[in-house]
Amino acid sequence: MAVRVLADNQPETLLSIENIVKKFGDNTVLNDISLQVHKGEVIVIIGPSGCGKSTLLRCINALEPIQGGQIKLNGQTIDPNGKDLTELRQKVGMVFQSYDLFPHLSVIDNILLAPCKVQKRDRAQVKEEALALLARVGLQDKAESFPRELSGGQKQRVAIVRALCMHPEVLLFDEVTAALDPEMVREVLDVVLQLAAQGRTMLIVTHEMQFAKAIADRIIFLDGGKILEDAPPEQFFNHPQTERAQQFLNIFEFEVVKPHPAPQA
Amino acid sequence: MPDLGLEVLLKGRNMERLLEGLGIALEISLISVAISIPLGILLGVLMAGKNPVIKAILRLYLEFIRIMPQMVLLFLVFFGTTRAFGWDLSAELASILVFTLWGTAEMSDLVRSALISIPKHQYESSAALGLSKSQIYGYIILPQTVRRLLPLSINLITRMIKTTSLILMIGVVEVLKVAQQIIEANRMASPNAAFGIYLTVFLLYFLACWPISLLAKYLEKKWR
Ligand SMILES: Nc1ncnc2c1ncn2[C@@H]1O[C@H](COP(=O)(O)OP(=O)(O)OP(=O)(O)O)[C@@H](O)[C@H]1O
Ligand SMILES: [Mg+2]
Repeated sequence: MAVRVLADNQPETLLSIENIVKKFGDNTVLNDISLQVHKGEVIVIIGPSGCGKSTLLRCINALEPIQGGQIKLNGQTIDPNGKDLTELRQKVGMVFQSYDLFPHLSVIDNILLAPCKVQKRDRAQVKEEALALLARVGLQDKAESFPRELSGGQKQRVAIVRALCMHPEVLLFDEVTAALDPEMVREVLDVVLQLAAQGRTMLIVTHEMQFAKAIADRIIFLDGGKILEDAPPEQFFNHPQTERAQQFLNIFEFEVVKPHPAPQA
Repeated sequence: MPDLGLEVLLKGRNMERLLEGLGIALEISLISVAISIPLGILLGVLMAGKNPVIKAILRLYLEFIRIMPQMVLLFLVFFGTTRAFGWDLSAELASILVFTLWGTAEMSDLVRSALISIPKHQYESSAALGLSKSQIYGYIILPQTVRRLLPLSINLITRMIKTTSLILMIGVVEVLKVAQQIIEANRMASPNAAFGIYLTVFLLYFLACWPISLLAKYLEKKWR
């Protein structure tokens, strides 16, 4: 799927975040943030711990009420108290850092619950789709397993399939590999890379810089409640404009502290 | 083999009377259980809720019931209310009242802890899938709560059945009281009857509670 283009050659805006303000008590976490997400775009949000990356994603899904501004999906305002909230949430898939599968349901029932009960789709048909998606993430033989029988990486892949089966228009990933052992990180990131290749619209929060570089159309650097940088990955990683971003990127660099002696001739 | 006086059991209606006594004990505990469970669920939901006044009152109730020995509660309700309010409660009714007060308190605490043990992300990930509030409770929260709750509440039921052995103190003729009466009546003819009769009582309690415990264990395994 290519980025769809409107008549005036502007890419179609899917998600529009307009001047949002989010406070927890006196603590202003997001301070007048605006962001346009176009169809088919992959945006990676990075920034220091506690800068509000998770909060931003949670606001988009109306899991957190906002104190100012608005968020629109396809031009429709997302209102945490609105009647059509559940409808909007179906169009926004979210995968969290904590394994959030329902422990009392098997993998397949985890996946089928919302499509069948919320969207009232035909169970057999959704099941077919779910099994195909499970196969695509390498979990074809886990459909009848329970979440407690899966590894962390497998759980996250199921959570991704569960979100996909709702046919969302945009996917939000909040550090989906942060709780995983290193050898499981790759299997999950590969699935997300596949989704990018299919042209899905995604907002991804991650601390995996190599992954960010590979997948992002745009990097958003968030700090102090503001978007400090909004740039393509090459530009952001090679020529960060702000000092804060430079400092942040330095965290991921290590200086050599013990120069090895040159080999004796 | 020592003389356990088991022949006393076969005398007259003795065995039948013991079973009737067990029936009374089971009746009182099961009626109390039947009232305690819905009330406990209601209070437990309130205790897990947000209203601080209601929470404080319910906490006080729970602590009060927990601190009081059941026997004292029984005396308080049976003898105390007659004096203080002029109520003329039957011993059975007083027992049901006390067991219901106790069962409700314990049940509400079980429900509260089961509810607050459901992690917040279970609510959030189901909301993120577009489930409505009632669907979240119906499909996600309640099934998990019930799974945590069932083994614990079944244990509470067996505790309540066992504790009915106290109600003979306010004059209810339940299984233990019948046993005492039988032993007393046969003091001359079979002075050894005490062991055999109490052994029978032990077995009767065991037979009543054991299947319930087994069920709890089974559910615990199935739903771990
Ligand atoms: N429910 C809450 N109540 C009060 N403050 C909160 C709440 N959730 C988050 N915060 C605060 O909001 C700020 C942003 O939190 P958030 O979780 O969005 O950060 P983050 O960028 O996702 O960090 P990390 O990289 O560690 O996940 C933090 O200062 C945090 O303490
Ligand atoms: Mg976070």
